[in-house]
Amino acid sequence: MPASTGSSFILDDPAPLVEALLADGWRVIGPKLGDGAIVYDEIESASDMPRGLTDEQEGGRYRLREGDPNRWFDYVVGPQSWKKYLFPARQKLWSAEKGDNGFAIEPHEDDFPKTALFGARACEIAAIEVQDRVFDNGDFTDSGYKRRREATLIVAVQCARSAATCFCASMNTGPSADSGFDIALTELDDGGFFVECGSDRGAAILDRIGPAEAGTAELEAANAVTLKAAGMQTRSMPDNIPALLRENLDHPRWAEVAERCLSCANCTMACPTCFCSDVEDVNDLSGDHAERWRVWDSCFTLDFSYIHGGSVRRSTLSRYRQWMTHKLSSWHDQFDTSGCVGCGRCIAWCPVGIDITEEAAAFAAEPLAQEG
Amino acid sequence: MAQDPMLPRRYRVKRAWSELSDVSTMELEPIDGEAVPFAPGQFNMLYAFGVGEVAISISGDAADTDKLVHTIRNVGAISGALAGVSDGDVIGVRGPFGSAWPVAQETGRHIVFVAGGLGLAPLRPAIYHVLNNREQYSGMTLVYGARSPDDLLYADEIKAWKSRFDTEVEITVDHAAPGWTGQVGVVTVPLDRTLSGSNGAEVSAFVCGPEIMMRFSVMSLMAAGVPEDKVWISMERNMKCAIGFCGHCQFGGDFICRDGPVFRHDQVSRLIAKKEI
Ligand SMILES: Cc1cc2nc3c(=O)[nH]c(=O)nc-3n(C[C@H](O)[C@H](O)[C@H](O)COP(=O)(O)OP(=O)(O)OC[C@H]3O[C@@H](n4cnc5c(N)ncnc54)[C@H](O)[C@@H]3O)c2cc1C
Ligand code: SF4
Ligand code: SF4
Ligand code: FES
Repeated sequence: MPASTGSSFILDDPAPLVEALLADGWRVIGPKLGDGAIVYDEIESASDMPRGLTDEQEGGRYRLREGDPNRWFDYVVGPQSWKKYLFPARQKLWSAEKGDNGFAIEPHEDDFPKTALFGARACEIAAIEVQDRVFDNGDFTDSGYKRRREATLIVAVQCARSAATCFCASMNTGPSADSGFDIALTELDDGGFFVECGSDRGAAILDRIGPAEAGTAELEAANAVTLKAAGMQTRSMPDNIPALLRENLDHPRWAEVAERCLSCANCTMACPTCFCSDVEDVNDLSGDHAERWRVWDSCFTLDFSYIHGGSVRRSTLSRYRQWMTHKLSSWHDQFDTSGCVGCGRCIAWCPVGIDITEEAAAFAAEPLAQEG
Repeated sequence: MAQDPMLPRRYRVKRAWSELSDVSTMELEPIDGEAVPFAPGQFNMLYAFGVGEVAISISGDAADTDKLVHTIRNVGAISGALAGVSDGDVIGVRGPFGSAWPVAQETGRHIVFVAGGLGLAPLRPAIYHVLNNREQYSGMTLVYGARSPDDLLYADEIKAWKSRFDTEVEITVDHAAPGWTGQVGVVTVPLDRTLSGSNGAEVSAFVCGPEIMMRFSVMSLMAAGVPEDKVWISMERNMKCAIGFCGHCQFGGDFICRDGPVFRHDQVSRLIAKKEI
């Protein structure tokens, strides 16, 4: 039976899917082993993926170790996110040449082939959907982002386990994705994959393979997998955190966390939703050619809030407060969604192990009296 | 906006002149396409070739569509390059961006402008609007403070405004200089005096200047009974994009580039009272 949105199938392993994508002309980006961590990079076959590895994550800690050699996706998210493809860390916006009428500006379009993101987790799809709102804000559309996003196909992997740093269940973003994918895979406990078709584009890929249809037993087995992953989560975010942070800008806890924070910006670089950027204007030696680049930036730097006379956020306290209240509170005012998807990256990749859920819990435990 | 909001359009400097030792004004006309209408209080991102781009308020008359006017203080590399342009030079312009002084909606009221330093530049389009339509307003007062007599912007124009029978103009400087016969002191002194002779409930106030000056001016306005929802201020933050993408201008849930720079005071008063937001 041909695939259609909502239909489900069975596959023994992910290899035919990678092959079908490549045969259909997609660049396939997937998990790979790099520098002792799971990173995202171009893959040419399923065997490029780090089968048999699992991860241990804690505040300030990330380790890979050998797991069950037969398991394909027993690790969760690493230091990188798909953001590096959809919202590259350095983008050329335009170039300009001196000439008649001063100068001529030439817009720059990067070369972004149609790309399959293979192995995106539920929280990562949620993060992409958050950035979709950021870069199409009602008044303005980021045409480069839009172009890349439209050329992107998503093969989700529903999580079979959670790391200790994961808290997607409490953010309602995982561990299984209900939508936002073209194809989704759940690695079943007894081996094999439950495959969901999420779109016409996904159906076209699946039809190249013609996999066997799944029955209710496999559907139930797949649901049990992600339920078990959700059950492993120990961290969580209080429901009332947007109001709690809005009302607690003067809480003494900010000074305590600022004592520990190095203002290193790691959390913002690892975060899949952080979108702040700076621009760089460059000039060649002749002075006739100029370019404008857009580069990732972080609210943790002193320069970020610089205006003539000095930076607005001079203290680490004010910068950590800006980051956390933006993520969890003012993001709702701006984009009608949380800026946090509960992926836990900022916890694992903070060199001093500052934990956003622990900070949130501290405000929840002892909020200041409500302001008038 | 039809064109990519990230791409500057070219404008030619029709005329540029020095206002003060470190401040210049330029009149621009578009090279690519038509002039774009703007509302008083809005700003543009001005690009100096190869140097960079900064946010600069529009300081000209919105009713005069022939030219785009900006007034720039040289405080760094980019503003220095822009303040140093000569007639015929070409710069890049993106915009106009941001919210406006809602002066056209405040008809029938006593309009009070409170300006500090270069804050007079973003207010000037609103001042022009009131002067051009003076019969629609019950009163108009400008209270303007500068550091010293040498820092008084648009001095000749202010003199002309002052000579009108239907406007009240109060000037003060922080530090007098030899020959200065006017007022010395912070802007709230003449502001309080003006307000004491007016009915606060009838005042709509537009305030622009350094944050500290705006804070004290707003306190004076409130004390005089000006309704909180009849006071507007213009905020300044680092801006890299002006379209809500770069995150630099955030002030709580607001992007100053999109939701501001002009805010009704009660919309931002809670956060303005806090440090390092
Ligand atoms: C909405 C708005 C309207 C403005 N209108 C005017 C105006 O009409 N006339 C005028 O002279 N100035 C105005 N400014 C301030 C002007 O943008 C800065 O003075 C200018 O950016 C300084 O840049 P620089 O590179 O020359 O200075 P540097 O001190 O070298 O600054 C380096 C960078 O810091 C940032 N920065 C520095 N100062 C400011 C600042 N005060 N505000 C925002 N970003 C800053 C800029 O991104 C700049 O690229 C306005 C600012 C804003 C936000
Ligand atoms: S704030 Fe932390 S947990 Fe939340 S999405 Fe960003 S990196 Fe993940
Ligand atoms: S919270 Fe941690 S990762 Fe983020 S800036 Fe502070 S020290 Fe760096
Ligand atoms: S200036 Fe970039 S978000 Fe406002």
